[in-house]
Amino acid sequence: MRRGLLLLSALALAIGLNACGERDQVVVYKQGKYQGKPDGLPWDSESPAAELRGGKWTKGDRNSWEDQIKQRQLAQHEHKRIYQ
Amino acid sequence: MARMKFLCDAERCIECNGCVTACKNEHEVPWGVNRRRVVTINDGVVGAEKSISVACMHCSDAPCMAVCPVDCFYRTDDGVVLHDKDLCIGCGYCFYACPFGAPQFPQAGAFGLRGKMDKCTFCAGGPEKDQSAAEFQKYGRNRLSEGKLPACAEMCSTKALLGGDGDVIADIYRERVLRRGRGSEVWGWGTAYGPGRPGAQPPQQQQQQPSGTRS
Repeated sequence: MRRGLLLLSALALAIGLNACGERDQVVVYKQGKYQGKPDGLPWDSESPAAELRGGKWTKGDRNSWEDQIKQRQLAQHEHKRIYQ
Repeated sequence: MARMKFLCDAERCIECNGCVTACKNEHEVPWGVNRRRVVTINDGVVGAEKSISVACMHCSDAPCMAVCPVDCFYRTDDGVVLHDKDLCIGCGYCFYACPFGAPQFPQAGAFGLRGKMDKCTFCAGGPEKDQSAAEFQKYGRNRLSEGKLPACAEMCSTKALLGGDGDVIADIYRERVLRRGRGSEVWGWGTAYGPGRPGAQPPQQQQQQPSGTRS
């Protein structure tokens, strides 16, 4: 009984004191370097469903993503879009 | 490697503000923040009025990146300049540095208190999981990860605003300038909307190609 109480107090003490710990809350800056979170790559996403009218590419394949985005860019070319 | 850029053809822009509306709608941009806007010079002067759609130009050597005291800007592999809103302190240095006035600051409280900077993302979201709710809430939609181009460029009715790989859109613009005619063809009514007859060719092409080649 006494041992259990001792263990419980030790545990409560450990948890309680944990809040008093001092952690570095300031970002360590490296001058001129991006400090934020890493971003994902657009070609690592799945191609959207057909009804969303997005592109089609192989997930993770940058070249296939670039190919289809280039096709989409050329759709802005009215000479090629209308008079084909 | 693609270098994503915008190109606005001042001869074609009709100041319809469709790009501004498309951007606001696509990203649910809050009141008071305009990631894109249309600037007009010589407003009302017949023959001298020119408009251009302006947003972040995703500079190759971006001054906003250079002046940011917390280094929250980064450039993606496609040349899109983005920033991490979790790091931004809303100091406004980027606004002073930007020659296009692209950085916007939502009013976050009383006494003109500024919120975190918001700007055009080239519809590429930000440093959150792509197409996640957090990304949409902070940065708007990530159309590039859906294989799409920025909504403003794709929505432009006269195709004055082009968006995409700098080389590709420069080629489109160059070819357009070479074919550009006179009168309404300067801003491309016929080429943008077609002549209204099936199989017809634009005026400049009539002698070069036989009619009825439309597939």
